[in-house]
Amino acid sequence: MSAKQLLDADDIRRILTRIAHEIVERNDGVADVTLIGIHRRGVPLAQRLAALLAETESTTVPVGELDIGLYRDDLTTRGPAPPLGRTVLPPLDDRLIVLVDDVLYTGRTIRAALNELTDWGRPRAIQLAVLVDRGHRELPIRADYVGKNIPTSPDERINVQVQPIDGVDAVSIVQPEPGTP
Amino acid sequence: MNAPTVPRRRHILALDDWSAAELRGVLATAAQMKDVLARPIKQVPTLRGKIVVNMFWEESTRTRVSFELAAKALSANVLSVGSKDTSVKKGESLVDTVRTVQALGADYIVLRHTSSGAPYLVAEHFRGSVINAGDGRHAHPSQALLDLFTMTEQLGDVHGKKIVIVGDILHSRVARSNLWALTTLGAHVTLCAPPTLIGPASEWQRTWPNVTISHDLDASCEGADVLMALRLQRERMEGGLLPSLREYTRRFGLTADRVSRAQPKVLVMHPGPMNEGIEIMPDVATGPHSMVEQQVTNGVAVRMALLYLVAESRDQAPSA
Repeated sequence: MSAKQLLDADDIRRILTRIAHEIVERNDGVADVTLIGIHRRGVPLAQRLAALLAETESTTVPVGELDIGLYRDDLTTRGPAPPLGRTVLPPLDDRLIVLVDDVLYTGRTIRAALNELTDWGRPRAIQLAVLVDRGHRELPIRADYVGKNIPTSPDERINVQVQPIDGVDAVSIVQPEPGTP
Repeated sequence: MNAPTVPRRRHILALDDWSAAELRGVLATAAQMKDVLARPIKQVPTLRGKIVVNMFWEESTRTRVSFELAAKALSANVLSVGSKDTSVKKGESLVDTVRTVQALGADYIVLRHTSSGAPYLVAEHFRGSVINAGDGRHAHPSQALLDLFTMTEQLGDVHGKKIVIVGDILHSRVARSNLWALTTLGAHVTLCAPPTLIGPASEWQRTWPNVTISHDLDASCEGADVLMALRLQRERMEGGLLPSLREYTRRFGLTADRVSRAQPKVLVMHPGPMNEGIEIMPDVATGPHSMVEQQVTNGVAVRMALLYLVAESRDQAPSA
């Protein structure tokens, strides 16, 4: 396995600042914006976006967290189960929801998140912000705010590290060893 | 660094070979399931299109209803078959019924049976997952897990805590499953019963070396963090194991006085249904220490966690 770092802490800080500005610009402020982080690394990213929005717009943006484990479409597989995280959502009705996740890949996580959100309430609209878009979509889903587009091959792995979960902020691409499946 | 994953099992048969990590994994999963039950829509699509068959070859209301609610909260289709309304009366064997249920497309069998070991037999002949909902005197894993969940919810951790189980230990699958779970997590368990309803201490200590056997409930209650009373089956009297109900209640009933000997925040538990006035006094059963209602509520969440965690491909050959 060889890993190559693509983004460091400064890059990620600048990206989040830009996305925060884009959210403000696109929605004419953040009066009815609610940020919802997708478990696990989407949660700290959403919290950091909220802190940046609080700075620039001098207002508090509600933040929620969403675990999509119970809405997955690939449950009946072998192997250990991913641990379920908390789902804590502020009121959704008539809000402009910005879903936040670390990596956009097949789109299946977002599909699950959309289904779960609509079980909880009726947002006015839902937008999507991701730190990395690595392509290979399997569903007609796209992000409204993209930190960085990183073209990948399916056998590569994108490793996102986010404070405080991982202790550092970094994005790297991991190549499989030649010869390993 | 990823959060630790939760191990999966094909079947839930007993807790005798469960690790502490596995037990904690179920508890953590159940905590999230409990949150689901508090949502505006108390249902998630996790097991949509799956079929759960409740096979209850022994009477039970709360366990069957609890599994049914758990399966429905996960969007599974549930059907219940009992020995009274099936061809069991016509002499159909358990294995025949399993094959029939399998041919009808069942993904999960939740089995309650009077014979110890019946779930193992079913697991050998069923391509899906089997969850033991109580077999003879052997095991009742979902009950022990909901008891454990209730204890950890209140106490934080059971490690080092004093847990007293009082009643008809000898015939109790609830006591056995609780023993496995509690000792694995480092609790100090005391089993308290008249000698005729527990047998020799050495028998228990051969399997659980650190378990305390007592015939004196007053002494056992001292410093207890949990007092769990078991249901006294009235037929035990007829078997000559007890002199009289009154005698049993006098020495082994959970009274307010006995509860007051325990820790100030002691939890009083009972798997139900309760014989109030026999193994537990009415004022204790509904008193401030009583966890009986929490046990029932938590039962649904724990059973959701079990159904979620056994989910696995059924496209495999039968195996234990």
